[in-house]
Amino acid sequence: MTSYYEASARERVAGLLDAGSFIEILPPQERVMSPHLLQLDTPAAFDDGIVVGEGRLGGRPILVAAQEGGFMGGAVGEVHGAKLTGLLERALDTRPAGVILLVESGGVRLHEANAGLIAVSEIMRAVLALRGAGVPVILLDGGQFGCFGGMGIVARLCDAVIMSEEGRLGLSGPEVIETTCGVEEFDSRDRALVWRTVGGKHRYLLGEAAEIVADDMAAFRAAAIAALEHARPDLSLAALEAEHAGLGARITRFGACRDALDIWRDLGFEAPDRLPLLEADAFRALAAGRRA
Amino acid sequence: MDTQTLDAETLFDRLFPEGHAITRDGLFFSGTGTSAGRSVAVIGSVDAAPIGVELAFRMAGEVLAVVRDHPGRPILLLVDTQGQRLSHRDELLGINGYMAHLAKCLALARNTGHPILGLVWSQAVSGGFLASSLFADRCFALKEAEVRVMNLPAMSRITKIPLERLEDLSKTSPVFAPGVENYWRMGAIEALWSGNLARELAAAFSTHETADRRRARGAERGGRRLALDVAERVRHGAP
Amino acid sequence: MERLTFTYAGGRPATRNAKATLAGVVGSGNLEVLVEPVAQDGAVTIEVTTAAVGFGRIWQAVMDDFFARHGLGDLRISINDVGATPAVVSLRLDQAIETYLGGGQ
Repeated sequence: MTSYYEASARERVAGLLDAGSFIEILPPQERVMSPHLLQLDTPAAFDDGIVVGEGRLGGRPILVAAQEGGFMGGAVGEVHGAKLTGLLERALDTRPAGVILLVESGGVRLHEANAGLIAVSEIMRAVLALRGAGVPVILLDGGQFGCFGGMGIVARLCDAVIMSEEGRLGLSGPEVIETTCGVEEFDSRDRALVWRTVGGKHRYLLGEAAEIVADDMAAFRAAAIAALEHARPDLSLAALEAEHAGLGARITRFGACRDALDIWRDLGFEAPDRLPLLEADAFRALAAGRRA
Repeated sequence: MDTQTLDAETLFDRLFPEGHAITRDGLFFSGTGTSAGRSVAVIGSVDAAPIGVELAFRMAGEVLAVVRDHPGRPILLLVDTQGQRLSHRDELLGINGYMAHLAKCLALARNTGHPILGLVWSQAVSGGFLASSLFADRCFALKEAEVRVMNLPAMSRITKIPLERLEDLSKTSPVFAPGVENYWRMGAIEALWSGNLARELAAAFSTHETADRRRARGAERGGRRLALDVAERVRHGAP
Repeated sequence: MERLTFTYAGGRPATRNAKATLAGVVGSGNLEVLVEPVAQDGAVTIEVTTAAVGFGRIWQAVMDDFFARHGLGDLRISINDVGATPAVVSLRLDQAIETYLGGGQ
C-alpha cells in the first residue's frame, strides 16, 4: 500500500493516473510564480503549489490538478487559482471524460487574500460551467491539510467527493474556530473530536462524500475511475430541489445534535463510538443502508 | 454617508423609489422591488449576519422559488455579512455544502435566464461573500462599504509579517488589504456606487452579462495582472 | 530572504536528453530543487533563494561537496529554501540528480 496522505502532489498525480500518461501544463521550469509572496519576503514555489495537466485514468482522457499541501498548506493565491480555473476552462474546449481534483488546501492564501478569494470564486464559476456542459468533476480529499475554506465550498460543487478517513472537509478549520470563538467551542487539539466532525467517515455518513476509501493510492485510483464512470452532472431545478429537501431534512433531523456521535446514533448505529476504529471496508459495510 | 447610518430600509427606498415589498425575518430579508418598471427579486441580510447553515439554506430556497415561480425575473443580492458563521455545529452539519448549494442555485438561476446582481452595501467577508454576492453575474459596492478576507492586524499575526510592512505595501498593492477600491481594481467589483442608487441599479440591469469577465477587468485596471494571462496559458497552451 | 549564486566549471556533461526535474517542496525546514539541462561548456550554475539570511558560507560548503561528489556539468540548478538543514539540502540535491539522470519526470 502507498499512502495517499503522506504523498506529495506530484507523487499523487503519478500514482493515481495511468502510468506515464501525465503531461504537465506550465511545469516548474516555466517559473510561473507568485510575485506577491516575493514582495512580502516569503519564499515562493516554481509551480505556486499546484500541478495541472493532462493524462489518462483507466484508459480515458482526463485533466488533473493537484494541490501541494506542503507549500503554504495548499492555499489559493492568484497564480495557483488561475492555473486551476484555466484547467477547468480547458476542459470546456477539449471535453475530456472528466476533471480530477486532488485537493489539499486550507483555503485562501492570506499573503494575497483578495486575489485568492476572487480566484476561488472563479474556480467555483468554472466548475459549475463545466458540469453544466456535461463534463464531470471528481474531487479527492485525503491529504494532511484536508480541504477547507473556499476549497471546501468547491468540493461540494463537484459531482463526487472521494475521501479517506484521514481526509477532512469543512469550511472553517477547527484552529480558526478555536482561535476566534474559544476552546470550548471547538478544541482543535482534540484529534478524535476533529476527525469525527470533519473527517471522512462523518462526511460519508452525511452523504457529503460519495465514497470512502482506505488511505491507499490504489484505492483512491479505483474509486476515481468508478466515479468517472457513474457521474452524470445534473444541475437542473429538479436536482437542486431534491438537494434542497435533503439539506433541509438534515437541519431538522440533526440540528439539535451536539456531537457527531449523536448523529451516528440517530442513523441507527448501536455503538457509534466504535465507528472511528473500523477500517474503511468494514466501515462501509456497516454503513450500508444507514447513510443520511 | 457612513456605513453605520445606512439601514436596510433607507437602502430599499434609495434603490427602489418606485416601490418595494420586502419582508424582514430576523437577519434575513426577501421580497421584490421595482426598478425601471420591472419587478426585481431581492434577497439579503442585515446586521453583518454570520452566514450559517440556516441562512444559506434560506437564501437558496428563495432563489429556487424565484426560478420556479417567476421565470427570468432579475435577482438582486443585498447580503450584509461578516462571513460564514464560525461554530462547531455548522461544521458538524456541513456548512460548506450549504454554501455550495446556494452557489448552485444561483448558477441555476443564471443558466435559466435570470440576471443576477450583487450589491455590497455594508460589509462582505470571505465565505459569506463567496457563496452570495461574489457569485452574481456582476457585483457592485457602495463606496462606503467594506470587503475583506481579514483585517491587517490579524493577517500580520498569522503570517508573521510585521504590520507596518503590510500597511506600507497596501498603499500600492490591492492584493491583500481590505477595501472595496481594492476589489474594484482586481476586477471583482464591477463599479462603485454613490448618489442615485436607483439610476445605477436600473443601468446595471439594462445589460445582461453572464460570462465571468473579472480576470479581464482586473488586468485592465492593473490590480490583477497575472490571473488572466496564466489561466489563458493553461487553457490554450500545449501540454 | 537572500539570493545566492554559485558557479562551477569543468564538469562532465550530464545526460543529454534528460528532462527538467523537481524534487522537494517549499515548506518549513524543506526546499525544492529544480534541475534543468543547459549547454554552457560543462558549467553548473546554482541559484538559491532562501528564507534564512546569513548562511552563505554553509551553502558554499554544501554546494562544493555536491559538485565534488557528482562532477556534473551543463546544468542549471534552482533552489527555493525555507531553512532546510545542510543534510536535507544534500539529500534533496541527490534525489533531484538521481531522478534527472534516470530520465524520469
